[in-house]
Amino acid sequence: MKQLLTGNEAAAEAAIVAGCRYYYGYPITPQNELINYMSSRMPQVGGAFIQAESEIAAISMVHGSAAAGGRTMTSSSSPGISLKQEGISYLAGSELPCVIVNIQRGGPGLGDISASQADYFQAVKGGGHGDYHIIVLAPSSVQEMADLVYDAFDLADKYRNPVMILGDAQIGQLMEPVEFHKKFKKHLPQKTWSLTGAEGRKRNIIKSFYPVKGQLEEFNAHLQRKYKTIEEHEVRYEAVNIHKADVILVAYGTSARVCREVVKKSRRLEFRVGLIRPITLWPFPKEIIRKISEKVQCILTVEMSAGQMVEDVRLTTEGRCSVHFYGRTGGGVPTSSEVIKKIVEIVPNNRAANTLLHLAEVR
Amino acid sequence: MHALYEKPKAFIDTATHFCPGCGHGIVLRLIAEIIDAWGIRGKTIGLAPVGCAVLAYNYLDIDMCEAAHGRPPAVATGIKRVHPDHIVFAYQGDGDLAAIGTAEIIHAANRGENITFIFVNNAVYGMTNGQMAPTTLLGQKTATTPAGRDMANCGHPIRVCELLAVLEGTSYLERVSLSSPENIRKTKKAIEKGFKTQIEKKGFSLIEILSPCPIYWRMDPNEAMRHIDEEMSRTFPLGVVKNWEQTN
Repeated sequence: MKQLLTGNEAAAEAAIVAGCRYYYGYPITPQNELINYMSSRMPQVGGAFIQAESEIAAISMVHGSAAAGGRTMTSSSSPGISLKQEGISYLAGSELPCVIVNIQRGGPGLGDISASQADYFQAVKGGGHGDYHIIVLAPSSVQEMADLVYDAFDLADKYRNPVMILGDAQIGQLMEPVEFHKKFKKHLPQKTWSLTGAEGRKRNIIKSFYPVKGQLEEFNAHLQRKYKTIEEHEVRYEAVNIHKADVILVAYGTSARVCREVVKKSRRLEFRVGLIRPITLWPFPKEIIRKISEKVQCILTVEMSAGQMVEDVRLTTEGRCSVHFYGRTGGGVPTSSEVIKKIVEIVPNNRAANTLLHLAEVR
Repeated sequence: MHALYEKPKAFIDTATHFCPGCGHGIVLRLIAEIIDAWGIRGKTIGLAPVGCAVLAYNYLDIDMCEAAHGRPPAVATGIKRVHPDHIVFAYQGDGDLAAIGTAEIIHAANRGENITFIFVNNAVYGMTNGQMAPTTLLGQKTATTPAGRDMANCGHPIRVCELLAVLEGTSYLERVSLSSPENIRKTKKAIEKGFKTQIEKKGFSLIEILSPCPIYWRMDPNEAMRHIDEEMSRTFPLGVVKNWEQTN
């Protein structure tokens, strides 16, 4: 049965369906629908909800519930996610599974409360201290929010690693029909490494501290091997109209919705525009972008930032094609007309491309 | 043959990293004795702090979790939600609990978390070479108060038990010390009372233990013990600050 929900509410309900019973949060716009939903829904399923005294406390409570073997989640928006970085580094270093939702808003600092994608670097390059990665999933619709949050818990458990859902104010607050079609999880397998009291077994210790020389390097090598496995097996992306495309757009989340509109508008023209939409931002879909870079002359990355994911696109294409960027910041959302004008600009003197221009005028 | 005195089974037989004359070994041993005597190894989960007791999990043979500096009350809260019938305790020092983790301990207390906090107050940051702690005495010389702690610049030492006592959520608060065999026995009784508070689901318990740090007090171990009785206990008076059994 389809329901009309905001992305934030869909994320909360999907977590419940996935068996999350421990949610800790702190209010911040634009993710408030999520914490509000959890406060009434958790007691209905016998779960725990705490409005924590801070983002730091909330992520630390997640640390505890994850260590104790529960499925656990926290959510916030950009400034709050900055506060959580301490805990995220400890969770990654302790190999604890959990889900963190970031409904991005504009920055830096207090910024504003409108949609932004300026936390890409923070999400995929570490954010906290140390050599670590978290899996980063980027939904571009409310339905996808629900599906990815559900999968995020399985991925977190599979790899004993934090998973972040990187949304934005638009994805979080937009209402769309959504269906929770996946299995409602009640009984989850026991985690043998978790803290349950050492009844009749050797004790379990959850830690990230390796003070004896050589141990930490060994542990980091183990983490890097795990990350390599994740990169080999967990890449997700959507490719739209990429066959024989003249230009490829690369965009995720809300930006990808705009780019999809551009692809749709250009379908009847001789000039073909394709879209690669990374669904996992880490692991980044390197293979498809590398392949595409051998076939097209140029790629245009579109983001609601001053240019962050474009760095990964450039690293992946290694100069095989030109990589361009169009972005808006501080709550600005690119329009399809702006993207079309940018396409025409990067392929100058191309008659076919110029046919796009009249589309830019059509609103 | 009946052994009159032996190492508790829950206390791992290994050399510790503690300095000579440090109080941490005594406190950890008391916890291990209680775990053995009460047979609660299988349902006890401990939290290690950041600070001198960071390696507590190397010495206690129970399930244990690390927490970021100051965060044990929040991490313990997350564990307790998953295992509400287990005995969950957090072991914290003065920097961990009363400086960087002030918000976490106050709110855990205010929620009345049914958790036991073992708060080792030695009035100094031992792990990082002896800087001022929130509980450093007025006039006490440390690495960051070379002329002695002064009220105007550094404020007054924080009395944690009295601070928490005003919160409705706290059930049992007691300050004890390690300065003599008699006081060590009282410390053990206080920890037992903390665990009992938790087992009977009476809520938040905290035992503040005045503990010697001869190295960073620049004293020999005997002097350090006398210093607890003669100086430290004047700023931090020993005794029960709050007790749910008496308020009934």
